[in-house]
Amino acid sequence: MRNTAIVLLVLGIGTAVALKLLESGEIEKSELTLLREKFSRRVPRKKADHTKFQLLQRNFTNPREVTAACESCHNLTAQEIMKSNHYNWERQEYIKGRGIVYFGKKNAVNNYCIATTANEKACAKCHVGLGLDEHGKLKTDPENIDCMVCHDTTGTYMKAPAKGGEPVMTLDFTNIAENVGLPTRNNCGVCHFYGGGGNNVKHGDLEMAMFYPTRDVDVHMAVDGIDMQCTDCHRTREHNISGKLYTLSSMNRDRVFCSDCHTDTPHEDNILNEHGLKVACQTCHIPTYAKVNATVTYWDWSTAGRLKDGKPYSEEDADGNHVYLSKKGSFVWGKNLRPDYVWFNGTASHYLPGDRIDDPSKPVVLNPLYGSYEDEFSKIIPVKIHRAKQVYDPVNKIIAMPKLFGEATGSGAFWVDFDWQKAVELGMKEANLPFSGHIDFIETVSYWPINHMVSPKEMAVKCEECHTRQGSRLAEIRDFYMPGRDYSKPVEYAGVGLILFALLGVTLHGGLRLYFAFKRNRRRG
Amino acid sequence: MKRKVLIYKGFERFWHWTQAFLVIFLAFTGFEIHGVYSFLGYREAVRWHNIAAYMFLGLTAFAIFWHLTTGEWRQYLPTLRNLKAYLEFYLFGIFRNAPHPTKKTLLSKLNPLQRLTYLGLKVAIFPVSVVSGLLYMFYRYPTRHGIDWINIGSLEIVAVVHTAAAFLLVTFLILHLYLITTGRTIFSNLHAMITGYEEIEEEDEQETHAGSNPQKEVLDA
Repeated sequence: MRNTAIVLLVLGIGTAVALKLLESGEIEKSELTLLREKFSRRVPRKKADHTKFQLLQRNFTNPREVTAACESCHNLTAQEIMKSNHYNWERQEYIKGRGIVYFGKKNAVNNYCIATTANEKACAKCHVGLGLDEHGKLKTDPENIDCMVCHDTTGTYMKAPAKGGEPVMTLDFTNIAENVGLPTRNNCGVCHFYGGGGNNVKHGDLEMAMFYPTRDVDVHMAVDGIDMQCTDCHRTREHNISGKLYTLSSMNRDRVFCSDCHTDTPHEDNILNEHGLKVACQTCHIPTYAKVNATVTYWDWSTAGRLKDGKPYSEEDADGNHVYLSKKGSFVWGKNLRPDYVWFNGTASHYLPGDRIDDPSKPVVLNPLYGSYEDEFSKIIPVKIHRAKQVYDPVNKIIAMPKLFGEATGSGAFWVDFDWQKAVELGMKEANLPFSGHIDFIETVSYWPINHMVSPKEMAVKCEECHTRQGSRLAEIRDFYMPGRDYSKPVEYAGVGLILFALLGVTLHGGLRLYFAFKRNRRRG
Repeated sequence: MKRKVLIYKGFERFWHWTQAFLVIFLAFTGFEIHGVYSFLGYREAVRWHNIAAYMFLGLTAFAIFWHLTTGEWRQYLPTLRNLKAYLEFYLFGIFRNAPHPTKKTLLSKLNPLQRLTYLGLKVAIFPVSVVSGLLYMFYRYPTRHGIDWINIGSLEIVAVVHTAAAFLLVTFLILHLYLITTGRTIFSNLHAMITGYEEIEEEDEQETHAGSNPQKEVLDA
């Protein structure tokens, strides 16, 4: 009786467990589905259907009218925009040793197209404003905000080239206004994928392949994966977008970390989690960048200005990348690149306009990234290193900010007149900096942290790609001991010597034993 | 009279061979981690090295217990008696086929050179390996849990000490493998460590019977 009861009980529990398992198996969604639901914009998140608003059911002929219409309801949003770096092209930054500076695209010197100063009309194509003021400078009043460039969901909005941020005037503004929504990869990409004057020129990890990437290119944004949008990670509050690049930023704030979603211990293997103390996720999970199209790794401005029959010309490589442009000089491109690696603690410095160069024989680092093994807040991150040769004033020892863009020949702009002297003179005047009248070219370096194009985990960097004596990815970072790569020379020599000595000793001793044994046997025999 | 004597007991042989396997395996995976060659792949080498390390620790715990409870630890007490005789034997006598300076007995199965070497292994090289190995695995734990005062800033010193100990172990291994051929015959020592029995020439009954349980351990040849 008791036995039967026990058997029945066990059977009952077994069935219940089995049913429960079957049931949960049916209901349980795949990890990818769950991730997709959590992060993908394919789940509609619209709070209002703008086509239903009477205010927008009119014929807009001018982008400013659209902005006014937006602001008539979103009547506090303009204040957020007017505090943002997307509108001001500068941020308040603290730089170690220099104090508080206002720094951004407005006044930065880089080693691509050098500076926006004196070139705003062309550069402001990527400004979230609708045009420039009468001095050709950024206009930062509320009426000038360009809402559509970020919020258009029709994919038809387009800025006109070299019009200071103005859109193409023939667009169907009504349709765009009625179809606004949260920014997608398309909105961010039109500017951020084309920095430096062409696709992927600047970043290396942000390019047009990221509009619709595959999983191999970017596991997060993949259209065949969870299809995340930029703002899924770059969480935004009051139009202050988190996550920024240290080519223009200096402070350890508003950063986006993988651990925001993945936690600090994402691996089952604790040894891998331990790596996270000193190694950024990107270091292993972005094995290569510029995966689809090439990026510029070296830009030589000193060859710019050559003409054929008095006319500028261009030369392309087999993939169609410009290797020479009369306007811009010579380029070296790279595809599927292995990143360089540096220590980084979240703070950086910058070359500021007018900074004197101490030693012009050495390359000038335009944005030194701070960090070291000793610093507990530092991690190893992957970077693209962009080298260039750019124009500078050898007397004042200042990097020049030339006027490149001009509309007509005779304006003195380099891209129409091809005269460095004149272009630098005009540019420095606008930047309010001295110019000696002499020009020369100087080597510069900039560091571009690589954060996108995260590969599927199967493609992550393997242990032995760093932990090896030959060709380690971290061969350049020498301020710490890494197993597999490093060893103590004295211990190594002594150890190998000892082993050889032992081998030699036993061989000799054994040989002598054999020899004497042989001799004894002969005598006996 | 020659007698076959159980000179290495069951546990002792189990311990010796497991330890031998682990030491060789640890050296093999260890030097891969050290970057000398690539065989298992770095990650697998680390994984297996760590697994073998824990097994070695377990085995060592049993071995220490066994040595303490059986009193066998006395076998490793160093002595200078006959040391010179043994040095002379290995440097000269062995070539003339001279007999070993002393006879192996159950009470003293190690010659003075062996005693010194094995004691060195047990009190110096193994502890250094084990301690540096544990630090290698866990050196960051104190900091991670907010205990900064025992923080080890760099792996370097730990790794270098661990490597140095490994070199010494490999050297020992080479010498050991050679010296086991210097027994009564070339294979008698190896044979003894496999079967446990070795032929021992007895002159004095007392000497062998001093073993803990002579009835079981001594068999007529």
